[in-house]
Amino acid sequence: MTRALRVYVNGESRELSGPTSLAELITKLDLPAARIAVELNRTVLRRNDWNTTMLQDDDRIEIVHFVGGGSI
Amino acid sequence: MNIAGREFTSRLIIGTGKYRSYEEMRAAHSASGAEMVTVAVRRVPLDRSSESFLDYLDPALQILPNTAGCYSAEDAVRTARLAREALQTDLVKLEVIGDQTTLFPDNEQTLEAARVLVKEGFVVLPYFNDDLIMAKKLLDAGCAAIMPLAAPIGSGLGVQNPANLRIMREQLPDATIIVDAGVGTASDAAVAMELGADAVLMNTAIAEAQDAAKMATAMKLAIQAGRLAYLAGRMPKRLYASASSPLQGAIK
Repeated sequence: MTRALRVYVNGESRELSGPTSLAELITKLDLPAARIAVELNRTVLRRNDWNTTMLQDDDRIEIVHFVGGGSI
Repeated sequence: MNIAGREFTSRLIIGTGKYRSYEEMRAAHSASGAEMVTVAVRRVPLDRSSESFLDYLDPALQILPNTAGCYSAEDAVRTARLAREALQTDLVKLEVIGDQTTLFPDNEQTLEAARVLVKEGFVVLPYFNDDLIMAKKLLDAGCAAIMPLAAPIGSGLGVQNPANLRIMREQLPDATIIVDAGVGTASDAAVAMELGADAVLMNTAIAEAQDAAKMATAMKLAIQAGRLAYLAGRMPKRLYASASSPLQGAIK
């Protein structure tokens, strides 16, 4: 019996139906894997660790990319 | 100009925000001759597929991620770490803002973040108030260059405190000084360079010009002119006239 998980991605609550790796979450969100970076509970995760990092209930995930900007 | 072992021919660094289109941005970048552009780090939108903004940049450009939008040392450090992981670059333009109306930097938080980032191996280029003592502290902390403001970000007011920049140049002859923020038009950039800045970083002055590419060209030339004038060494200012022609031999 798999238990559903609740995680927070960029501040938004998301329900996951069962054990999910970070790499699977990124695929599920349909995000391009190139030139993004991920922070899990305020710690940056190396790309190589995305596959082996299993998400836990209440995890806080930040996924960032780059946008145009000079300052502010 | 050398920043942490990287050699740059152009002394103009430009931003990537506020352009009306990607085409306009690319044309301005190309016209400016800049070799380095700065980009911001933001949350990926989850509700729509987002194309990678970086794909619109000339791949030859060195990307300088910034911590724009951060209001604490902690957030700036987190943002810098994320940028490094995504881009595999140690360069970071460190910005910790202290106030929403002026967007003036929080020098105390900036210094705190700089110390952490230098320890972690980042090449830190901090934006800060044009203050000599702060400049010294940032350099002591190991920053690769320092980025004093000319005027508030996006204000276009030009160099508001030329004396501070001159003092910084004279007292810190070996520092790489990049004037960041507040330039409005070509003469402002030339003034910054004439005061001895090694480079100027700007965004709005180009992006909000009616013809961004033309202004980018103007900025390129102004920075070259200003640099040359600084190296040439200007004549002293005098209150009274000093004739250029010999006084003897004029008809009477």
